[in-house]
Amino acid sequence: MTSTTVSPRRWKRPPLLIQDPTLRLVIYGGFAVYLVLAVASIEVNWTRIFEGLERGVRFIQGFLVPDFLTRARDIQQGIIESLTMTLTSTVAGIILSVPIGIGAARNLAPAPVHAICRSIVALSRSFQEIIVAILCVAMFGFGPLAGFITLSFATIGFLAKLLAEAIEDIDEGQAEAIRSTGAGWWQIVNYGIQPQVMPRLIGLSLYRLDINFRESAVIGIVGAGGIGATLNTAMDRYEYDTAGAVLIIIILVVMATEYASGHVRKWVQ
Amino acid sequence: MFRVENLSKRYKTGDHALKNVSFSIDAGQVVGLIGPSGAGKSTLIRCVNRLVDPTEGSVFLNGRPIARSGSELRRARRRIGMIFQDYALVERLTVMENVLSGRLGYVSFWRSFARRFPQADVEKAFALLDRVSLSQHADKRADALSGGQRQRVGIARALEQDPELLLIDEPTASLDPKTSRQIMRLIVEICRERGLPAIINIHDVALARMFVDRIIGLRAGEIVFDGTPDQLDHAALTAIYGEEDWAVIHNENAEEIETTPHVVETDHAVAGMA
Amino acid sequence: MPVSTLNGQPVWRHRTTTRQMAVWAGWFALVALTVFCWQEMNRNTMWVFVEDAPQQAADLITRALPPRWSYLDRLWLPLWDTLNIATLGTLLGTLMAVPVAFLAARNTTPSAALVRPIALLIIVASRSINSLIWALLLVAIIGPGLLAGIIAIAFRSIGFVGKLLYEAIEEIDHRQVEAISATGASRMQVMDYAVIPQVLPAFAGMTVFRWDINIRESTILGLVGAGGIGVQLESSLARLAWAEITVIFIVVLATVVASEWVSAKVRKTII
Repeated sequence: MTSTTVSPRRWKRPPLLIQDPTLRLVIYGGFAVYLVLAVASIEVNWTRIFEGLERGVRFIQGFLVPDFLTRARDIQQGIIESLTMTLTSTVAGIILSVPIGIGAARNLAPAPVHAICRSIVALSRSFQEIIVAILCVAMFGFGPLAGFITLSFATIGFLAKLLAEAIEDIDEGQAEAIRSTGAGWWQIVNYGIQPQVMPRLIGLSLYRLDINFRESAVIGIVGAGGIGATLNTAMDRYEYDTAGAVLIIIILVVMATEYASGHVRKWVQ
Repeated sequence: MFRVENLSKRYKTGDHALKNVSFSIDAGQVVGLIGPSGAGKSTLIRCVNRLVDPTEGSVFLNGRPIARSGSELRRARRRIGMIFQDYALVERLTVMENVLSGRLGYVSFWRSFARRFPQADVEKAFALLDRVSLSQHADKRADALSGGQRQRVGIARALEQDPELLLIDEPTASLDPKTSRQIMRLIVEICRERGLPAIINIHDVALARMFVDRIIGLRAGEIVFDGTPDQLDHAALTAIYGEEDWAVIHNENAEEIETTPHVVETDHAVAGMA
Repeated sequence: MPVSTLNGQPVWRHRTTTRQMAVWAGWFALVALTVFCWQEMNRNTMWVFVEDAPQQAADLITRALPPRWSYLDRLWLPLWDTLNIATLGTLLGTLMAVPVAFLAARNTTPSAALVRPIALLIIVASRSINSLIWALLLVAIIGPGLLAGIIAIAFRSIGFVGKLLYEAIEEIDHRQVEAISATGASRMQVMDYAVIPQVLPAFAGMTVFRWDINIRESTILGLVGAGGIGVQLESSLARLAWAEITVIFIVVLATVVASEWVSAKVRKTII
C-alpha cells in the first residue's frame, strides 16, 4: 500500500493463510474437487434409511425409557468386567510406563535405551485399541483378560510418551543442583526429577483411567469382555431399551470418573 | 454538551464504586480524571457508555439521554469513541480492520462480515491512518506493531466512529514517558481540531496538568476536586490522594519528570515520583 | 518440619506420623482394590487358553506371514472410503460443534441457566460414546455403509471439538470484546470481530488434530458395517485369513503414520 495512491483508495482484506493467489486457487480448488468426489462416493439407500427411521424412533424411545431390569445380570456382569478391567489395566499400564517413560526421556537415558523405549511407545501408539484387542482375543481367548492386556498396552503408548515429555521439560537447574551434591543416577531421579513430574504423572494417570473406561466399553465388540459386549448383544437382539440403559450407564460412569478425577487432580496439584 | 447526573454504582460484591457523581463538560473541553486506584475512575467512564451498568443516575450527550440497552444503546455507543489502557486492539485482525471496526455500529452485520465497508468509511479510515502516520502499516496485523503505534490505531478506531465524545481510559499506562507525551499531545490536538469533548482517565498527574483544560479529582467514588490545572495545589492533591510531600509536582519540573521511570498505578504512585 | 524426639535426640522425618500413616493406608487400599479387581475380572478366565498363548501367537505368526500382497489391489477403494469417512465426518462434526461450543461457553451463551447445561450435556454424551459405538447404533438405524460411518465420526467429533473450542472461547481476552462492544457493534458483530479472530487458530489446530484421530478411528468402523477398510478386515477375520489381515494392518499403519505427519505439518503452518 503506497501513500501516493490516488483517491479513492480502495481496501480489500488481505487473504488469511496463503498469500500467493495461484497457490491459493490450486489448494482451495483441489479441496473443492476432493469434496465433490468424496460426497459423490457416498451411496445413500433412501429406502433403507426410510425403513430405519422407525427403528431410530424405537431407539430414541429406548433411550428415553431405558430398561435396566430385563438383562440386569448381563448389564451387571458387563459393568463389573469393564470397571475391573479399567482399574487393573491402568495400574499395570502405569507400572510399565514409568520405566519406559524414563527410558524414553532424552535427558536421562543413554541413546540405545532411548531408541528402544521410543520404538515401544511408537508401536503402542500407532495401533488402534480395537486392532490390538483382535490380536489379544486371538491369542488369549475371549474375555476381559484380553481386554486387560489391550488396555495396558495402549496405556503405555499414552503415559510413557507424555511422561517422557514431562521429564524432558523439567527445570534442569534442580536436577543440576542434586547432581552437584554428588548424587548417583537413582538419587537424581528420586530427588531432582520425581518431585517435578509427580503431579503431572498423577494427573495423566487419572486422565488415562477415564480413557480406559471409555475404551473398555468398545473393545467388547470384538470379544474382549466388558460392557461393550453387553451392548453389542443387545443391539443384535434389537433390544433397544436395554441398549439405551447400557449407554446411559456408560455416560454416567464417564461423567462420574471425569468429575472425580478433576477433583483428585486439583487436590494433588 | 455532555452531562452526568447523580451517577451511582454499587457492585454485587458490595463495593460502592461511585456515589452520586454529577458534572458536565462543554464542547471541546478535555477533562482529566485523576484519583487513587479504586477511586472509581474506570467505573465512571465505563458507566457513560454502559460497559458497566450504573445502579442509579443518567448520562446525557448533546441533550439526549444514553439508552439503557438494546439497539438504542448501540446507537448511543457509536457516538462515543473509547480508547483503552492496553490498546484493546483485536490482535489478530489487520490495522485496517481494527480501524474499520469503528464503523460496526453503522453497517449491517453481513456488510461487516464480508468486510465490504462503504467506500466513504474506507477513505476516512485511510485519512485517519495518515493523520496518525500509520498508512503504510494498514495491512499489517495489529500484534506486529509497537505499543505507541497500537495506541495510535486505537485512536484512529475511536475517531472512525465520528464520535461526539471521547472516553479515554489510561491511554499512557502501558507506554514509556516519551511515547506517553506524544500520544497525549495527539489526543489533545485531535480534540481541538474537532471540538470534541473528552474525559481522560489518567494516573500521571504531571502529564495531566501538562495537557488537559480541566481536572476532576475522584476519591472513593466522590468528586473532591473540580478545577483548572493551576488550581490543583497542595491542598487539592492531599484531598484527592491523602497526605504526602507534593513539592515536586507542585514546582513542576518537566525534564525531571520525563526522566523518571514509568510509574505503576498505586496509591503512592504520585509520591513515588519525588 | 516434622521433627520427633527419640531417646532425647531430635529426629527428622520426611512426613509426620499421621500423614505417613495416611499415605501408607492409601497405597494399601489401592493395592487391595487392584488385587480384588484382578480376581473379580478373572473369575471366568480359562487359564488353559492363556497358558498356550505363546503357541497361539507362534501359530498366528506362521499363518500371518508372508503377507498376501495381491490382496492390496482390493484395498484401494476401501482405503479411499476410509479417508472420506474421516474427512467428511470431521467437517460435519466441526460444523455442528461450533454452535454447540458458543452455546456452552460461559461468556457467549445466551442463557447460562438453560441453554448452557444442554450444550454441555451434548458435549459429554458425544465424548462418552466412542465412534465405534455410534457406528453400531447408526448401522442399526440407517443401514450399513459410508453414511453411517460419516455420521458416527461426526457425532464423536462434536464432543471433542466442542469441548476444546468452548474452553478456548472462555479463555479469550475480554478487553478486545469490550473495545468492540464500545463501538456500538451488535452481538453478532462482536462475535465476528472480537471473539472469532481470537479462537480461529486454536480452532483450526483442533480440527486438524481431530481429523488425524478420525483417520485412525475410521479404519475400524467397518467392523460393525460402517464402511471403509474395516469391512475388509471384518471379512478376513471371519475367514481367519491372517495373511490378508497382515496386509490390512500394514496399510492401516501406513495411513495412520501419513495422516499424523500431514496433521503435524498443517498445524505447524497454521499456528
